[in-house]
Amino acid sequence: MSATPLPETTAAARKARPRPALFGITLADWLRIAVHIGALIPLALLLWDGAHNHLTANPIQEITFRTGKTAIILLILSLLCTPLNILFGWKVVLPLRRPLGLYAFFYVCLHLLIFSVLDYGLDWGLIQQTIAEKRYVLVGFAAFLLLLPLALTSTKGWMRRLGKRWKQLHRLVYLAAFLAVVHFVWLVKSDIREPLLYGAALAVLLLLRLAPLRRAIVRVRSRPAR
Amino acid sequence: MDTISASDITPEHLFRSRREFVRNTSALILGSFALAACGSIASQPAAGGATVAPGQTKGTADELGDALTSFDAVTGYNNYYEFTTTKEGVAELAQNFKTTPWTLEVGGMVNKPQKIAIEDLLKRYPQEERIYRHRCVEGWSMVIPWTGFALNKLLKDAEPTAQAKYVRFESVMRPSEMPGQSSPWYTWPYVEGLRLDEAMNDLALLVTGVYGKPALPQNGAPLRLAVPWKYGFKSIKAIVKIELVDTQPTSLWMAAAPNEYGFYANVNPDVPHPRWSQATERRIGELSRRKTLPFNGYAEQVAKLYDGMDLRANY
Repeated sequence: MSATPLPETTAAARKARPRPALFGITLADWLRIAVHIGALIPLALLLWDGAHNHLTANPIQEITFRTGKTAIILLILSLLCTPLNILFGWKVVLPLRRPLGLYAFFYVCLHLLIFSVLDYGLDWGLIQQTIAEKRYVLVGFAAFLLLLPLALTSTKGWMRRLGKRWKQLHRLVYLAAFLAVVHFVWLVKSDIREPLLYGAALAVLLLLRLAPLRRAIVRVRSRPAR
Repeated sequence: MDTISASDITPEHLFRSRREFVRNTSALILGSFALAACGSIASQPAAGGATVAPGQTKGTADELGDALTSFDAVTGYNNYYEFTTTKEGVAELAQNFKTTPWTLEVGGMVNKPQKIAIEDLLKRYPQEERIYRHRCVEGWSMVIPWTGFALNKLLKDAEPTAQAKYVRFESVMRPSEMPGQSSPWYTWPYVEGLRLDEAMNDLALLVTGVYGKPALPQNGAPLRLAVPWKYGFKSIKAIVKIELVDTQPTSLWMAAAPNEYGFYANVNPDVPHPRWSQATERRIGELSRRKTLPFNGYAEQVAKLYDGMDLRANY
């Protein structure tokens, strides 16, 4: 879902390189499999704990927390791919941005459904009141609205159709991730260490994308070894 | 401008049934696992794997007819930051908390200051069971059968002087047994306060037992307060000191976030909180939200304490 691939990440450049393989499966495929499994583990745990009554005495709150936290972690992981390429030249992680972003959106949807259907019983009056009254709900909802068009245009077809504008549009993910962190900061009671940790991670990942810094890193990295 | 032909418009009955379908299926999918969890909480072991059984309670519901919250939820889902901020983690961490010997100090602006051992307190004041609603500021609630005695009995025996206006409560400070007290986010020990007339109200209960048995450490043993018309954080746990004072005490939560937690903290659906719904609450063990009652349903007994006060300003 995130954008800004580097110039050297064209399909041609990727094809030109020999791909390491293990059991006949390329590294890229291993990574993709790992993402799919890793991203579905929190859902599996949720269902398992639900079936075994391990969701605390307040299960709706628990599953709201868990889906929210999973979404924010996956969103940050999706934003980690580009910096990994900048820092280490690991182009192989770039195709993981889409599945990571889509899984993040999947958990965002679960999170929102739990909030609106299970928690508030689709009582629109109450939901409206809550969105207007609680700033953390408002920014959380805004983050969802920003992610929605990104998920919808995540296909190859939309990439082609939107051309250059696709990249511009998908920069909205930076704002969405920022709002998600604010959402988290505003909803914790007092100890904001954990949400601030996510905020710090996000700040680093966004900083590394800044053109001057990115170019400097790539220049240093591609200098021939002495 | 595009025109919309009649055939483009979804007939209302179809539109409604689609919406209903979406609503029902999504509720079904989500509800299937959440319901499974809500339905049978009672089968969970209470604390750290050790199954603790409830004692005999006289009643099975509060005066509004709402059933008691399960023993396992009451003893396994606790807000007790002295141990941990994780509610399900309190019971296990509190297992080795020493509740004996325990001395309560009653002092400050009183004619008869005293130091009373918990055993003597139990002997001196006959214990009675009271089923109270407990409404947490975080938007969840329980119905709990407490055992204890009216705070006003103890206060009357201490004889507050004419200068005494407030009652200040202080919890035990024991970081070696209470890991949460090492957290720099709060000023320990826990402090709470009541206006003297609030403290003298018959609803204010000093609690020594829960569910027909001596209170467990995670519930604030050996001595805690229950002021059911106020948010749960006012009901201070593990009390070692009760002082009569002439100025309004600053509670731990007032110090931590004065814009969120006031001195009064009366349950009030009309005063919103930045994070949690105060208009509604979830009763632990129930799926849907219920409306929060003014003064948590105890308006008849306590509303007169606040005659003429702006409860929005004095939250």
